[in-house]
Amino acid sequence: MKSLIQKLVETPGPSGFEYKIRDAIREEIGNAADSIRVDALGNLIATKGTKTGVGMRVMVSAHMDEIGLMATHIDDNGFIRFTSIGGVSPLTCIGGRVLFMDGTRGVIGMDGLDAGKMPKLSNLFIDVGATTKEDCPVKVGDVCGFERPFMDLGKRMVAKSLDDRIAAAIAIEALRQLKSTPHEVHFVFSTQEEVGLRGASTAAYGIDPDVGFAVDVTRSGDTPHPSAKMATALGDGPAIKVRDSSFIADPRLVDWMVKQAEAAGIPYQMEVLEAGGTDGRAIQMARGGVPAGCVSIVCRYIHSPSEMVDSDDVENAVKLLVKLLGEPIILD
Amino acid sequence: MTKKLEVSAGKSPEIGSSQLELLEKLCNAMGVSGDEHEVRQIVLEEIKLIADDVKVDALGNVLATKFGRGEDRVRVMLDAHMDEVGFMIVKKHEDGLFQFETVGGIDERQLPGKAVLVGRDHLPGVIGAKPIHMTTASERKNKIPLSELRIDLGPEIGDEVQQGDWATFATQFEILGPSIKAKALDDRLGVATLIELLKHAPENIDLLASFSVQEEVGLRGARVAAYTFEPDMAIAVDSTPAYDLPTWDVDGENTLYNTLLDAGPAIYAMDGATIGDPRLVNLLVDTSEEEGIPCQIRQPGGGGTDAGAIHKVRTGIPSVSVSIPGRYAHTAAGLARISDWENTLRLLHAALCRVAPDLLAGERRD
Repeated sequence: MKSLIQKLVETPGPSGFEYKIRDAIREEIGNAADSIRVDALGNLIATKGTKTGVGMRVMVSAHMDEIGLMATHIDDNGFIRFTSIGGVSPLTCIGGRVLFMDGTRGVIGMDGLDAGKMPKLSNLFIDVGATTKEDCPVKVGDVCGFERPFMDLGKRMVAKSLDDRIAAAIAIEALRQLKSTPHEVHFVFSTQEEVGLRGASTAAYGIDPDVGFAVDVTRSGDTPHPSAKMATALGDGPAIKVRDSSFIADPRLVDWMVKQAEAAGIPYQMEVLEAGGTDGRAIQMARGGVPAGCVSIVCRYIHSPSEMVDSDDVENAVKLLVKLLGEPIILD
Repeated sequence: MTKKLEVSAGKSPEIGSSQLELLEKLCNAMGVSGDEHEVRQIVLEEIKLIADDVKVDALGNVLATKFGRGEDRVRVMLDAHMDEVGFMIVKKHEDGLFQFETVGGIDERQLPGKAVLVGRDHLPGVIGAKPIHMTTASERKNKIPLSELRIDLGPEIGDEVQQGDWATFATQFEILGPSIKAKALDDRLGVATLIELLKHAPENIDLLASFSVQEEVGLRGARVAAYTFEPDMAIAVDSTPAYDLPTWDVDGENTLYNTLLDAGPAIYAMDGATIGDPRLVNLLVDTSEEEGIPCQIRQPGGGGTDAGAIHKVRTGIPSVSVSIPGRYAHTAAGLARISDWENTLRLLHAALCRVAPDLLAGERRD
């Protein structure tokens, strides 16, 4: 599974420009799905199973986009000013390396650093080695992602864009392992989550599910001085989300998810996230409303180029997702 | 045997005196968000003989359809918002003085001393503030809060105004050489552009024009318009700030100008509400190159147009925005170039003529 994860995290796909990662995911799915399609906003939707007596139409959403940058101005000396796609901190940019969709590489520099003062994105620039505006290969509107190789620490894994490629890997693996299901399951590899849950909104409208699950990362509370009040920790199992600031998971679904984890002997932890949101909200708000929940992978250093997850959590998340999708869903 | 229809692109539209007269009428009309009636009447009058179908929906959007000819016509939604930023009267005092709130995004620092028009009868008033004779040096360093500003209509005229009435800047449209000075260029330039495109609709597409309401308060009209039209693709036509002024305050290049005047239509790769569909961004850029029509990529960043609402409707609608650049947006007087307007109109017309089913047949990608 680590080679799958490495492939996914090293393929660029900033929000709105997911075509390379979409091709990579489609290749990995291969024949594991009964059918596969791409919708107007670029969501990849792989369907498996047919709805039987107790079955439901189930949507599982893992977003395939990642945060990135877009060029806003090329100055006379060939330096590129930029804005963020999704939530990018200037602090994680400095010294970073970027990869444009056409293969152009560059580094992020800054000048006029005022010690003790938080830099703004407008203080930073990308240097691709150009010397003038004319010889700069990048145009206004061009898009890049952060570049950082996958790092295997054994029990732990580090990479950029584990948010949310780790969930894409989990969804692919669950799709492969799901041998029988009473449900019609739609695995959505959604677009534009980082800029406002946009892909999942239109995918959910199109699928019109009876129930939905997001699979995404959540913050951890186990670092030396965690900024978030979180009871979650790496290695304690996949997290079952109770709520975040955009979404209250359907309590019936939360209870049912807990029962399934216990029945299968899969470790889990409960998650309450004070700030943040996932595709779960978009599914819940689709059409006339949909019962929705979220399986989270606890992740350190989210939205930095070095996000960290635990390998056992990932394996257990696959098991939990396969279990959830293989059983009749009871909401009471 | 079926006879292949000759599909005509029609004549490319131009900006002449009649187009400028229409724009003048549109800009001088009052149409603060939620009260778009006057603008709507002008639009309806202009398009009644051109469009194949016209209706006004529940929120007040004008939805006009111009069918093309031939087979496999792409259903293209064009959107321009009729509403403008302005004011609403919230409290009546003695002597024709009124407290008011802003509607849409207005920088309160711009308001003192501006002439306004209030209500359906366009009653003239002024936003008053303490004159310099009476203020202290420290007072002059701070902005005057909205709660301390009043619209002054004086007695008698003020008797006819009540809370809930809308108001707007009193600026009258003027041509200044190659430029247009007016209030509400955002987005009457777009409205006038859509009217011209309906008049010169290419026959290869079905043109679905939404003259939308309530954009300035949250893209509300366009959302329901897109739901009704269910188009294959959409283009929002708007006006965006050009802050292409010399950098008086800092050394070096102005790197945050948004758009430049005289550089042609501004195509959106990304704003705060939409990431433009690359297929449509490329269509516009390629058309510009092939036709020799200047264009610019608006600096990606914040802000939003009706495309932000449209692209998320139902199962998703490939969308892009094109704006006519204008200086001093959302103030009493904006300034735009006639040439930028004409190039926007020409680019949109030429791009629409190129829209065929294969444009959207493949997946969203560069």
